[in-house]
Amino acid sequence: MVLALLAALSTVLASAQDIHPADYPRADIEYGARIYAAQCSTCHLPTGDGIAGVNLRSGKFRNVSRDQDLARIITSGIPQTAMPPFKFDAADVAGIIAYLRNMNTFDPASVKPGDGRRGQAVFEGKGRCATCHRVNGRGPRSAPDLSDVGSLRSAGSLQRSLLDPSSQMMPINRPVRAVTKDGKVITGRRLNEDTYSVQLIDDQEHLVSLTKADLREFTILKTSPMPSFKDTLEADEQADVVAYLLSLKGL
Amino acid sequence: MAGSASQKWLVRSAGLQACLVALLLTGLRAQSSVTADRLANAAKEPQNWLTYSGGYFSQRYSALNQIDLTNVRNLEQKWVYQGAVAGGWQTTPIVVDGVMYITQRPNDVLALDPKTGRVFWIYQHVPSPEARVCCGSNNRGLGILGDTLFMATLDGQLIALDAKSGKPLWRTLVADPKAGYSFTLAPLVVKDEVIVGVGGGEYGIRGYISAHDAKTGKERWRFYTVPGPGEAGHETWRPCPPNSATFCDPDAWKHGGGSIWVTGSYDPVANLTYWGVGNAGPDWSADQRPGDNLYTDSVVALDADTGKLRWHYQFTPHDRYDYDSVQVPVLADINWNGGPVKAMLWANRNGNFYVLDRITGRFLMGKAFVKANWLSGFDERGRPIQTVQPEGSPTWPGNQGGTNWYSPSFSPRTGLFYVSAWEDYATIFAGTPIEYREGQQFGGNASRPYVAVPGAPAVGGGRRGPINSWTEAAGHGAVIAIDPENGSHKWKFDMTDVSIAGILTTASDVLFTGSNEGYFQALNAKTGALLWKASLGGPIASAPMTFQIDGKQYVSVVSGLSLVTFALRD
Repeated sequence: MVLALLAALSTVLASAQDIHPADYPRADIEYGARIYAAQCSTCHLPTGDGIAGVNLRSGKFRNVSRDQDLARIITSGIPQTAMPPFKFDAADVAGIIAYLRNMNTFDPASVKPGDGRRGQAVFEGKGRCATCHRVNGRGPRSAPDLSDVGSLRSAGSLQRSLLDPSSQMMPINRPVRAVTKDGKVITGRRLNEDTYSVQLIDDQEHLVSLTKADLREFTILKTSPMPSFKDTLEADEQADVVAYLLSLKGL
Repeated sequence: MAGSASQKWLVRSAGLQACLVALLLTGLRAQSSVTADRLANAAKEPQNWLTYSGGYFSQRYSALNQIDLTNVRNLEQKWVYQGAVAGGWQTTPIVVDGVMYITQRPNDVLALDPKTGRVFWIYQHVPSPEARVCCGSNNRGLGILGDTLFMATLDGQLIALDAKSGKPLWRTLVADPKAGYSFTLAPLVVKDEVIVGVGGGEYGIRGYISAHDAKTGKERWRFYTVPGPGEAGHETWRPCPPNSATFCDPDAWKHGGGSIWVTGSYDPVANLTYWGVGNAGPDWSADQRPGDNLYTDSVVALDADTGKLRWHYQFTPHDRYDYDSVQVPVLADINWNGGPVKAMLWANRNGNFYVLDRITGRFLMGKAFVKANWLSGFDERGRPIQTVQPEGSPTWPGNQGGTNWYSPSFSPRTGLFYVSAWEDYATIFAGTPIEYREGQQFGGNASRPYVAVPGAPAVGGGRRGPINSWTEAAGHGAVIAIDPENGSHKWKFDMTDVSIAGILTTASDVLFTGSNEGYFQALNAKTGALLWKASLGGPIASAPMTFQIDGKQYVSVVSGLSLVTFALRD
């Protein structure tokens, strides 16, 4: 379980290594600020200096410097101290770290948090997200199932995904177009691939395994079929959708 | 009885079925939902393998016949999927419209391309550290309904997964792992419900079978395999005698065992579901639980809609040998005394082969298929006449039984029942009183294996090393073909080591099985002659299954940590 979380963290934290505090996505900082207020401020106080000898706002930590080390302390705790292990998922940890890195300058009061319920309405209505994505057993399977996306992706990644989907598309999910030697065209989302074969879920939601030697054409597209919502959703609506997606923690 | 009119009818019927199958196979079904009707008629679509045992009658027989007696020697390995975790792998995959679904330890589910073994998706459930299992983190497979797969977990959960993506749809905690309850079986889907039974017979559980709404997991009914006060059968947990000289447990029924760890069967016409019930608890300290201890070591026939008990038959009353009766209930319509009977065929861990009327539960026959000295025979109602051996003397069959959970097979073509048996294998049984402690082992064991030379290695429940140091002196395996009409051995195929592999038969009279020695082997189901074998390396602890895609028949079996799939050479 711990290994799985660390693996997931390495994915979401990869972009957060050795970067300036200002480079942390605002969505992550805002999400982290809310978690901090709910989970951390009881001991550390909103000011970050509630524990003697620890000042989280200083940007300096006694034992660690890298984000990955911070993540380990948050999820594993510090033995023989009052710092317990927290059961946070990868999105939560990414948010907390982003907030800690910006605690000195970021004003939590400036956060206008997204509303998950409104976000679900946008997801299922105006945004038409549910016409491709499946959540908790409802919806089509042509796009990735988002039932647990809120535990796998950081707030910043989700926000960017709304604006520039291709930049956040996991390579394994890239669309596949194949034409068999007898001319049959098969399109779908890649699930797995090796030298000789590719596995996908096609547009009819069939699990399909293709032998490359049987294909006349085989193309992996790097552009996501998902549209950008930069101009079609207001900023508030985007924040609401991100809040909804972050609430999808899986079963 | 070979050649009788009724036997010929069976053969003709199988021939007709093969024709229908050929018609169906000409048009490959697109991927579609598995309806309850399809499950009830699984035999009509042998290109698929829809349940743990291949169909509700649990015959582990396939109407496929492309691989036959003459070409089976041309089988070649098509692919191997290497499992990711160590330990015995006892699962049977299912294949549905061109997709294979399989479980691997501890509670992973994978969707694979059955032609190449490449993986579409994997779902991993990490069981709670509170899960307790006596005998390895086993899982034997899945159930399916619609586009939903069902897995029962080591930590007492039932989980529904989307078959297209592997994403969980719901999960429900059915049993408390802290108290030793676990699941290792493949769920049985009947109509719109998912039926499971709890394991934990070595932890003093009170066993039960429960049915759950396939849409939500909500429990519909529950049948306790150890009846409580006021329920029929509770009187078989007799009160302790006053001033008992040995330890007697007045609350024995509360932790009386009766685990369920192998998938049951279903007769859609009778609407009865049949389940084999495990040993009484504690396993070996029988004197502390006076009485027959129903429904341990029994088969129970339950109304599939209500879970009400219709009938039961107890194979080993007041068991002192750990003779679980969790064997797969094989349902078959056979001839009996010149007329047809809806029968249940059962080779039991206690060393006897049984024929029961599956509608009424009437005992028709019991006959030892391996040496058995714990009984001298049966009374007129089918109750065994027990002959407890003197202290220090061996009892046949030994603790692991004349057979165990290994899937048997019945071929309607040959009319024979096939079982993976342990021969010449005995244990010197002794029980030690034990008090129940929640979540702790509750066996009461002071038994020891019966070996030819003091200190010699004995056959165990697990796997041996690369050298067969226990040898034939401690017991050996055999595939035995039994004629259900009289219990006689039609033929026997001996192996040097014991075998925990199950058996598959096909419409071309080929029998597939494995062995502890790592051989995957094909026999002539009519004669027992060896037709072909392949050394797969690891012990085979599962039962083979077969399916057909794009006109090609495949056979899959798990050996060691590998799922290996064969087909005829291209």
